[in-house]
Amino acid sequence: MEGISFSSQLIQYAITGVTVGSIYALVAIGFNIIYNVTEIINFAQGEFVMLGGLFMVFFATVMQIPLLLAFFLTLTVVIAIGVMMERFAIFPAKNASVLTMIIITIACSILLKGAAMYGWGKDPFMLAPFSDRKAFVFVGAAVFPQSLWILGTTLIVVFLLTFFYKRTRFGRAMIASSDNPDAAQLMGIDVKTMVMVSFGLSAAVGAVAGIVITPISLMEYDRGALLGLKGFGAAVLGGLGHFYGAVLAGFMVGLMESFCAGLISSGYKDAAALVVLLLVLFLRPSGLFGSKEVMKMKEF
Amino acid sequence: MNKRKNSLVIALWVGIFVFLSAALTFSYAKKAEAKEPYKVGAIFSVTGRASFLGEPEKKTAEMIAERINAAGGINDHPLELIVYDDEGDATKCNVAMKKLINQDKVAVVIGPSTSGTSLAIVSVAERAKIPMISCAASKNIVMPVEKRHWVFKVAGSDIHVSQRIFAHMKSKGITKVAIMTGTTGFGASGREELLAFASQFGISIVADERYGPKDSDLTAQLTKIRGTGAQAIVNWSIGPTQVLAVKNWRALGMNNLPLYQSHGFGSHKNIELCGKDAEGVLCPLARVNIGRLLPDSHVQKEVVMKYTDAYEKKYKEPISSFGGHAWDSINVAVKALETVGPDRAKIRDFIEQLTGFVGQHGVFNFSATDHNGLSKDDLEMVVVKNGDWALAD
Repeated sequence: MEGISFSSQLIQYAITGVTVGSIYALVAIGFNIIYNVTEIINFAQGEFVMLGGLFMVFFATVMQIPLLLAFFLTLTVVIAIGVMMERFAIFPAKNASVLTMIIITIACSILLKGAAMYGWGKDPFMLAPFSDRKAFVFVGAAVFPQSLWILGTTLIVVFLLTFFYKRTRFGRAMIASSDNPDAAQLMGIDVKTMVMVSFGLSAAVGAVAGIVITPISLMEYDRGALLGLKGFGAAVLGGLGHFYGAVLAGFMVGLMESFCAGLISSGYKDAAALVVLLLVLFLRPSGLFGSKEVMKMKEF
Repeated sequence: MNKRKNSLVIALWVGIFVFLSAALTFSYAKKAEAKEPYKVGAIFSVTGRASFLGEPEKKTAEMIAERINAAGGINDHPLELIVYDDEGDATKCNVAMKKLINQDKVAVVIGPSTSGTSLAIVSVAERAKIPMISCAASKNIVMPVEKRHWVFKVAGSDIHVSQRIFAHMKSKGITKVAIMTGTTGFGASGREELLAFASQFGISIVADERYGPKDSDLTAQLTKIRGTGAQAIVNWSIGPTQVLAVKNWRALGMNNLPLYQSHGFGSHKNIELCGKDAEGVLCPLARVNIGRLLPDSHVQKEVVMKYTDAYEKKYKEPISSFGGHAWDSINVAVKALETVGPDRAKIRDFIEQLTGFVGQHGVFNFSATDHNGLSKDDLEMVVVKNGDWALAD
């Protein structure tokens, strides 16, 4: 018989929460990248995660391509899909309302899911963990090495995005076109390109999330919707458009779920996350980190 | 000249006569050869959510119908199998059922594939007075039996699976058990039976955890179980979560808490996905899944191996327990047609009295109070050993 001390249990819940939360955070960041430039909520965001996982399985396991190369190949393919989605579905409807655009993204998500079902079938797929598969013990709690990969990847993505937006001309141009598209256009920024880049970028972030989570939780064609939903919850909780808000809210949702499953009941896990989300939205409609003034100016 | 003309007329008449009589005998012969076909209706979820059930079911039923017709049909009547796809949708299943009854006028219906669709049409079968042999698990399909006069099922119940698991635990001296179930219909109904039968086997449930079908991590649930002093874990779900349960259980180093899975784990694909982590995982399986492991003396050995070989040769994929359900249901239907002909009421009465029928999922003993005909002894406790199934002791 083996027991586990209460404090070790708590640490275990925290580790689980942070692991799953990282993925929610990455999905939430993906939502924000597109939202910031276009005010569109891209409901195909979860599908990018699913595609990232499945393409990685295809390249790494089926084609036996080395991990790092497979990683970049997967990124390239999913970015191409994101850009194509913008070119062939979003761009032609450029004069439509934001709501119409959002409905188009829902259509895209159904299309991508269906295509994935045809391509990969309905079975889940496994990907070998990047490093050691054995969990190690940390203060009585078991930690998958893959959890560290997930956490590390999330931090790197956040760092790179911050650098991109704050320090590069291109990133600043993207911020400018999201703040005021007309003025940006007048300053010589090609807003259309910015929109396309935002889709590619968010597809990349989604794909990264899919790649790193697949060794822990497997991946199948219809996983996207739920990950998208949780990530959207995190994005709203953090304040739509806020990167750090999204990251913190992603961790919060993950931790909340994990602690609720461990301490209260796993049956109420999803409900707990939603209740907190609703409460925050009642009290602070702009999310935890969003500002009311900015919210008022947004269309959606 | 005249003589020649006469002989020509006679030749013509003879020719016509010969032709007509030949045509007549030919058509008579054809009629004698092809008697009225016996119609069996089938509803399977060939596409949609439950296609992993419906696809092997359809393939199996078609394979058997082909074989029967190649061998001359049922008492010289060809077997006409009419298959409809309900896409896992209750409404579409309902429409298909009514079409089979009113339009195709089948004698008996096999299927549908899932508990949900089966429950959606039991009342249709009752009202139309048509025998139906469901391929799904829920006990409510055939219970209460007074209201399920016309309905039978060939899939084992959750009742048997949970009893089999508890019986095995009892033999190992396990008394404190943690259960984990998915929040799908499959998991929920498994949970119900586990909770209902535990006390009968002197087992107390010390943890009762649930999780969503798309959850990506079960370490929280398993950690909680670790703190409860449970001696064994039962995980009851389908899809990727049952693989996750195995992986997390292994990663948390809980090897000395035996992990039992439900019969939902009974696909070789799951062992492949779990890799080495699955070693030692237990689950109760119907004998259709493990034909090769059965001793030659076993009464089901021949039946199971025949089906396994034929199916794997024809479709180049491993058999599944679901195809086995279709095998059982169509063969029960064929046996009834063979004995009593295509009369719906007689077929029903025949099935209700059918005993000792050796099928893929067990030896069926139907009765007026049991329209399922299986028991927990029709399941074999199986353990994963060296990446394959092995009989557990």
